[in-house]
Amino acid sequence: MSGELAIALALILPLLICAGIWLVGRIPDLREGVTLVGSGALFFVAIIIARKVGAGEAVELSLGEAVPGLEFAFRAEPLGALFALVASGLWIVNSFYSIGYMRGNRERNQTRFYMCFALALFGAMGVALSANLFTLFVFYEILTLSTYPLVAHKGDANAQRGARIYLMTLLGTSIGFLLVAVIWTGALAGSLDFVPGGLLQQAEGLTPLVSSVLLLLFAFGVGKAALMPFHFWLPNAMVAPTPVSALLHAVAVVKAGVFTILKVAIYIFGEEILNATASREFILGVACFTIVVASLVAMTKDNLKARLAYSTVAQLAYVTCGAMLADPAGFMGGSLQIAAHAVGKITLFMCAGAIYVATGMTNISDMRGLGKRMPLVFIAFFVASLSIIGIPPLAGDWPKYELMQGAADGGMDYVPYVLIISSLLNIAYLLPIPILALMPPPGSGEPAPYKRPGGAPMLTVAAPCFTAFLCFLMFFTVGPVSDFLEPATGERIPSVYMTTGGQP
Amino acid sequence: MLEFVLERGNYWAIIGLMMIGLYIAFAATNLIKRLIGLGLFQTSIILFYTSLARIDGGTAPILFGKDYKKDKGHDDHGEHAADATEHGGQAADAAYGAAKSYGEAGMENVYSNPLPHVLMLTAIVVGVATLAVGLAIIVRIREAYGTVEADEIRAMDLDVAIAEAASEAVESKAGAA
Amino acid sequence: MIDFIASLVPSNLAAHAPALLVVGSMLMAPIAAFMPNGRLAWLTSIVATGFALLMAIVLLSQVRSVEGNAVISYAMGGWMPDAGIEFRIDALNSMVLLLVSTIGFLAAIFSWPSVAAEIREAKRAMFYAAYLVCFTGLTGVASTGDAFNLFVFLEISSIATYVLVALGATRDRRALPAAGNYLLMGTIGASFFVVGVGFLYAATGTLNMAELAIRLQDVPDNKAVFAGYAFIVVGLGIKAAMFPLHQWLPNAYAYSPSFVTMFLAATATKVAIYALVRFLFTVFGLEFAFEGSTLIWILMPMGIAAMVACSFQAVFQTDVRRTLAYSSVAQVGYMLLGISIGTAAGVSAGMFHLVNHALIKGALFMALAGVVLSYQGTTLNDFKGLGRSSPWTMTAFAIGALSLIGVPLTAGFQSKYALVTALFEHGWWWAVAVVMFSSLLAVVYMGRILEAVFFQTASNPNKRRKEAPLIILIPLWVLALANIWVGVQGGFVAGLADDAAASLFIGGAS
Repeated sequence: MSGELAIALALILPLLICAGIWLVGRIPDLREGVTLVGSGALFFVAIIIARKVGAGEAVELSLGEAVPGLEFAFRAEPLGALFALVASGLWIVNSFYSIGYMRGNRERNQTRFYMCFALALFGAMGVALSANLFTLFVFYEILTLSTYPLVAHKGDANAQRGARIYLMTLLGTSIGFLLVAVIWTGALAGSLDFVPGGLLQQAEGLTPLVSSVLLLLFAFGVGKAALMPFHFWLPNAMVAPTPVSALLHAVAVVKAGVFTILKVAIYIFGEEILNATASREFILGVACFTIVVASLVAMTKDNLKARLAYSTVAQLAYVTCGAMLADPAGFMGGSLQIAAHAVGKITLFMCAGAIYVATGMTNISDMRGLGKRMPLVFIAFFVASLSIIGIPPLAGDWPKYELMQGAADGGMDYVPYVLIISSLLNIAYLLPIPILALMPPPGSGEPAPYKRPGGAPMLTVAAPCFTAFLCFLMFFTVGPVSDFLEPATGERIPSVYMTTGGQP
Repeated sequence: MLEFVLERGNYWAIIGLMMIGLYIAFAATNLIKRLIGLGLFQTSIILFYTSLARIDGGTAPILFGKDYKKDKGHDDHGEHAADATEHGGQAADAAYGAAKSYGEAGMENVYSNPLPHVLMLTAIVVGVATLAVGLAIIVRIREAYGTVEADEIRAMDLDVAIAEAASEAVESKAGAA
Repeated sequence: MIDFIASLVPSNLAAHAPALLVVGSMLMAPIAAFMPNGRLAWLTSIVATGFALLMAIVLLSQVRSVEGNAVISYAMGGWMPDAGIEFRIDALNSMVLLLVSTIGFLAAIFSWPSVAAEIREAKRAMFYAAYLVCFTGLTGVASTGDAFNLFVFLEISSIATYVLVALGATRDRRALPAAGNYLLMGTIGASFFVVGVGFLYAATGTLNMAELAIRLQDVPDNKAVFAGYAFIVVGLGIKAAMFPLHQWLPNAYAYSPSFVTMFLAATATKVAIYALVRFLFTVFGLEFAFEGSTLIWILMPMGIAAMVACSFQAVFQTDVRRTLAYSSVAQVGYMLLGISIGTAAGVSAGMFHLVNHALIKGALFMALAGVVLSYQGTTLNDFKGLGRSSPWTMTAFAIGALSLIGVPLTAGFQSKYALVTALFEHGWWWAVAVVMFSSLLAVVYMGRILEAVFFQTASNPNKRRKEAPLIILIPLWVLALANIWVGVQGGFVAGLADDAAASLFIGGAS
């Protein structure tokens, strides 16, 4: 398969799936079959793209210009290939889970649901594989618009309110800031292509002030990265059905946001200019603030999905933080976090969904002792929590390690402390949930009975267990992954701690 | 100074008419009076153009005498326009040079510039058409509202708008319920 | 494609295309008036506008046949320019002509169900006659090269427009005061314009615009020219609904028959803006003493004020028509802002947005006409739940709305992109902020409507709801798809706009 074909397939497949779902929408089994086969095929294509990128082949596709200077062009590079791989791979798992969840909950408008899901994946693939800012922006907006019906899926007043906030925040920031930043970049550099080493190096008349403002516009324009104060859409989007929260608000949408930030940091600014940009440290500060404050807010939330949402806000800020550290280790940490957090957080959300389907519970305080009835779900939850906290041998350990190293390399001494505090807070708000469920304090009564006869559908239990296993697996495969990413992030300098035997 | 003012007597009159017309068009509440104001305004423009065309000692632009025998097809209004602008004092000084280079007709007699008159024929037609449409609309307004006073019409429209807003609110409440 | 269509036209016809384009529909107007019934008049208007469209295509192909774009000069009646009236078609004219005749043609096709529902049978033939006269006036403005002739065409179209607007009285009597007000403002605007032309004539002795441009260079400090300039800018500003001279527009759009609203929104203000651009850049030119300050102190602040103030007003309207009408004034602000940059890129962006906005508003108002037809009412309440009962109409409406907001892959995005790029290149980064803010307001006011359409249930399910008839849907979808086409493959329209701007800046004066 040639590179062009692979990219074309990666883009066309979701659209075909969408059309297929629409055609056979009346026959649920066939409809879900289309989704599953399609997501499998998409994952396969993503693997092919990743292999080609790993082998150093050029994987490119151009669809011509919209107007002169604005080209629809795609090029796979390690970071994008990884994002495509994560999004399409987890889509398969999520599709299995969705079937169980949507049927178990007897949701309405399931055809629209699956169609929009496929469209959202189309947007995510486009973001992942885009070769210039224009293409990225277009697909970024497709992602926003296609997920709006998903958030509003329930259709009641609450869902509408959440969806409106969702749309307004994401469209508002992207049109108000991101688009400005994109056009400004185009005006400065005369091009919008992602260039290894940084597009802005070609720009004439780039003063530190201009690059500072530009970076601010990018950082806050990407509303999907949920940097404070533009994070509030994420908790509001939790009105969506859980599969949406799981795949989109833990994987595709938010990751598209932080992915954009990483891409901009690496390919638009580049390490050199980024380091010379004054606002970088400010945004780094904001990211650290977000990490701590969002974690604190998460502790106050009793609604499980709300707690997970704030946890996501905090974890996303890790990636922004890594991008703003502006050194190879920071970039690497951010990139690994995209994958590691995706696997961990999707597990947590799917567990929350499984609990909801089985018992109708949404509040953490009601879940004491529930582990007796649903042991597998809570064990998966436990494992994923450990991964988010960053305990070896689970995937979440590596990004934190790289980020700390990046911070140390860049002389940002306060960042490691923030990360440590964050881990402690993670322990405080995540671990009690599975522990209290699995080992309730004596005398705390029997958990409420299942609302749905038979408990959680099999698929909604199997899926989180599988992803929890992935957390474990990823810890050991980090070597190949980081080798794969290295061309994009740049070669990391050996740690001072390593070379001097721990003596700084 | 006085000379400057008096020399341009026609323009002062025209501007006066124009402003009176404009004022009536905006200040009158009676729609018919508004149209009259508009007509005054348009008439002042016609006067403006025709007074541009006048040339000292000029006669009606019908060729006679030696001029008649000359090439009739010759295009000569440029010169007259230049002459016409002599009234414009400073404006004309600059304009004269521009127009002079355009053509020396070498006429024996002095004629007024015919072109602005022709233009105003068109403008009169336009004005009459506008007036006709305006009056027709006023007739219809009178039929629909029973009045031709703008403020009364506005008050009636406001009542309708308020009633609509009220029923709208009721409807949306019913929809919410 | 364009050249192919143009090659089908016999050459003796093509040689007279500039005249035929305008005269054709003018001659068809009385024919339409004498048609025994409305349906035949409708067919007449389709033929007339279709013929005009064909001629516009011929003209475009003639203009584009030469590298760097030809200028076609056509002497009316064989009287050579300066004495006679010249029709002068360059890249800018041909673009505007193509736009007006395309919209006119689509509007004519779609009009029948809407007219049949809103106009009494006895008036329909005259209605179409008035429409054709209006169309003639607009094409005339866009093709003439003579300043006074431009005034005449401007008034021809305006007088017909007053009649068309007043005919909305069958549906809502408020159309009458709206038409009266429009008549007052429109006539004053046109009169200001003609006073300005009088001053120019006094100073230069010519009415031909190309000739004016040359002679005005010889009289750089003439006070009569200054006065004329001011009168012309204000007069055309009224016609173009330049803020704050736009007061006539919202009512006129809100109460006129749906079809008229659609046609006017897509063409009338556009043609006035064309005339403004023609005078600002071709006749006076950037060297003219007041030009720079007009752009910076009049056009730009007024454009920005329109973008902000009228977008706000649009947010607070409960009637969808009024929302769109205010949005039109705001969008005129975008065009004025682009023009006020005063560079080729800026004017090109303004012209690009002019075309795109015609496509956007055309589609939106067409969909609105469909709604009025199947469901008597245009308040936000009436729109609730329409997404379910008339999905085709409302999907097209949604495409138009997204394009108005400036979502990628739509026409609105492309022209806003071009505008913002031009602003950045000129260093007006603060204006970028205003553009974006105004776009956000567009998100608010269009989002409100879309939400009612797709995510709310009908508040009064007893009223009749159904899809608009096919004859509305087809032109509607042509416009909606045109929005997407320009958004994805905008090269053609962007090229037209670039050529148009280039014709103003290079050799436009000669």
